[in-house]
Amino acid sequence: MKEITINPITRLEGHGNISIFLNDEGEVENAYLKIPELRGFEKFCEGRRAEIMPLLTTRICGVCPVAHHFASVKALDAAFNVEPTSTAKKLRELMYEGYIIYDHILHFFYLGGPDFIVGPDAPPEKRNILGVIEKAGLEIGKEVIKHRAYGQKITAILGGKATHPVCGLPGGISKALSEENRQEIEKMATSSVEFAKLSLKLFHDIVLGNSGYVDLIKSDAYTIKTYYMGQVDEDNKVNFYDGKIRVVDPNGSEFLKFEPKDYLTHIGEHVEPWTYSKFPFLKKIGWKGLSYGADNGVYRVGPLGRLNASDGMATPLAQAEFEVMYKTLGRPVHGTLAFHWARLIELLYAAERAVELVKDPEITSTNIRNKPGEPGEGVGVVEAARGTLYHHYVLDKDALVKDVNLIVATTNNYPAICMSIRDAAKGLIHEGKVDQGVLNKVEMAFRAYDPCFACATHAAIGQMPLAVKVYDSQKNLLQTLQR
Amino acid sequence: MSKNKLKIAFYWAASCGGCEIAVLDINEKILEVVQIADIVFWPVAMDIKYKDVQAMEDKYIDITFFNGSIRNSEQEEMAKLLRQKSKTLVAFGSCAHEGCVPGLANLHDSKEILDYVYTKEKSVVNPEGTIPQTETQVKEGTLDIPRFYDTVKTLAQTVDVDYYIPGCPPPVKLIAEAVDAIAAGKLPPKGSVLAPLKAVCDECPRKRENKKINKIYRVHEKVPEPEKCLLEQGIICMGIATRSGCGAQCLQVDMPCTGCQGPGPNMPETGAGMITALAAILGYDEKNLSPEDVEKLMSQIKDPVGTFYMYSLPASILRRKVMKK
Repeated sequence: MKEITINPITRLEGHGNISIFLNDEGEVENAYLKIPELRGFEKFCEGRRAEIMPLLTTRICGVCPVAHHFASVKALDAAFNVEPTSTAKKLRELMYEGYIIYDHILHFFYLGGPDFIVGPDAPPEKRNILGVIEKAGLEIGKEVIKHRAYGQKITAILGGKATHPVCGLPGGISKALSEENRQEIEKMATSSVEFAKLSLKLFHDIVLGNSGYVDLIKSDAYTIKTYYMGQVDEDNKVNFYDGKIRVVDPNGSEFLKFEPKDYLTHIGEHVEPWTYSKFPFLKKIGWKGLSYGADNGVYRVGPLGRLNASDGMATPLAQAEFEVMYKTLGRPVHGTLAFHWARLIELLYAAERAVELVKDPEITSTNIRNKPGEPGEGVGVVEAARGTLYHHYVLDKDALVKDVNLIVATTNNYPAICMSIRDAAKGLIHEGKVDQGVLNKVEMAFRAYDPCFACATHAAIGQMPLAVKVYDSQKNLLQTLQR
Repeated sequence: MSKNKLKIAFYWAASCGGCEIAVLDINEKILEVVQIADIVFWPVAMDIKYKDVQAMEDKYIDITFFNGSIRNSEQEEMAKLLRQKSKTLVAFGSCAHEGCVPGLANLHDSKEILDYVYTKEKSVVNPEGTIPQTETQVKEGTLDIPRFYDTVKTLAQTVDVDYYIPGCPPPVKLIAEAVDAIAAGKLPPKGSVLAPLKAVCDECPRKRENKKINKIYRVHEKVPEPEKCLLEQGIICMGIATRSGCGAQCLQVDMPCTGCQGPGPNMPETGAGMITALAAILGYDEKNLSPEDVEKLMSQIKDPVGTFYMYSLPASILRRKVMKK
């Protein structure tokens, strides 16, 4: 049996790496994505002061700290049995939209998008932000940098710092929004709506205008039929900050809808010995290994998961684009590469929603804190850019942390990512032939999820340089491919 | 690649990615960096491989910015390699500088962590008690993952470090100033922390009245008065023992400093500095303290390790908890 290892340069670094095993005919027998690092937040948060959890847990990920911050703060709201004031909720959500704006821009233009905009077969040195600027033009490049910075700025104004914000408190938020800052945010949010529209236009022109790309999105190699999960409001519209958790089956019908606090009834995590990441699954169906369909409890989260699990978007422009996507691709969409389209629809929603919130007459109210009650137990859930994020704390009588459970966004997708990689490899590698384009297409299968292994490693922040080794059945090195 | 340009490398070990985002946050300043320097190694953004670094002659890289702490053999090896290949090695950000939040793992060992994460966490369904192994036989072959160390180490505990840029993440201003200093060839003496020689208090607009405090409040227990020093209102704010350069950002939203910039000037470590400061400020204006008073005052501080060493346990004199065998 031959073995191909797709390993970041940093074999040495503790980042995710892929091993592909071929059989004697050179066809793919199996593929594994190993997560080689663990930090153990759940353990060392034990004994810490409850109110510091929104600061400790941001350090799980410097790309999505705002998601951890607010999942944590919401868990504390519940644990201290306190409802935040109406203005505090709106400020938190406004800050959250700022985060979605910068994070989705980061992914589409810097990380995953280059595959499409520059092209999946383009030379690796072109598949990056500079390649994007070359293809889309310097003017658009400047807009990209400007609006990513706007998203950061919105979160920094409200959070103190954009990376590792500090404003969240059980029952509210630490600082009210001044009129001067409100105006500045309104300007940035309004501009972001235009930028999101521009990004979608770019996607339509470059990606959807190319039938080769559309075929790739629809191809079997990139299609897996799973359940989908996302947080929805009372109208079943996508909501990042608050709501109930809805799960649809592979036919798109509602399978579950539950309160965040009941997540343990519905989600379990399986453990394998060959990776540090766990494998979440729907308990009602059960863990049946890495296979998909209605009788395995594997589900997907993130932009495509959320859109599939919802009935639409709560803002007009995003809703219109939502309809275009499903008209084009059918419903639900199982094509993994459609994550990119869904991500841009969410970018538009986040910008539109930020404008709504910042114009809300209540947004500059100074009624931003309610008094926490006695410490107890609480679950907080938000939709991180990459999917549903669960924080669950048990506090002792001194409000010190007794017990922590976390299910991080990318972890939800881990079983599906493993399968996407395996299937892409099976569909693209034949008779032992592996070339650069094929490798990148295998990588595209997981880049579509924007897998933030910062939450486990941090490999996703950039493009993963690959080294590929092909061994024969006696483990003799036959071929080395690198890029 | 120009001969006169500086050769710069970026690398990240065990970290959250926030330091990389901080580099992106210098926005248009990156264009200046490209003017004065060639980036010769940056796994995040560029396609240059480990073996390319190995092939470089010693001291080929002018400056390496290294973020993240050291917690497995691979990271240790990379730190040593980059030390060998770099004229100047900069510990970039709190993890490389002091171990940061993930350094609180030094309150446990790897066995305790593995056991909790894979068998005890509430959502785990693991009747067979499976725990990840460094080597696993599957039917197609062998799969391996690295073993992680019991103790999180800072960069300086692993290799010789020339400079430190503090912060979690480093403030954009400090990064920009470091770039300027490098461009001008005006770096301070080896071992310096590249931040102003002041405490966070010096950048904080709140007013101090040199009052004693006898009641400690936690941030969720008290809405602070707008202009007074938080510490003097009984909220533990680490600003007095913490190096400046951040613009007191947390104070801008009425939250206390938690010490991410590392010890203030002339302090051996943040925790000791803060405990000394507290010893001076805890008490009653009108009376001398009895041992019972001291006991009562001190017992109000919950989780002292997590409070005073939130970002610096690995770098502190404590380093880690001694595990009972």
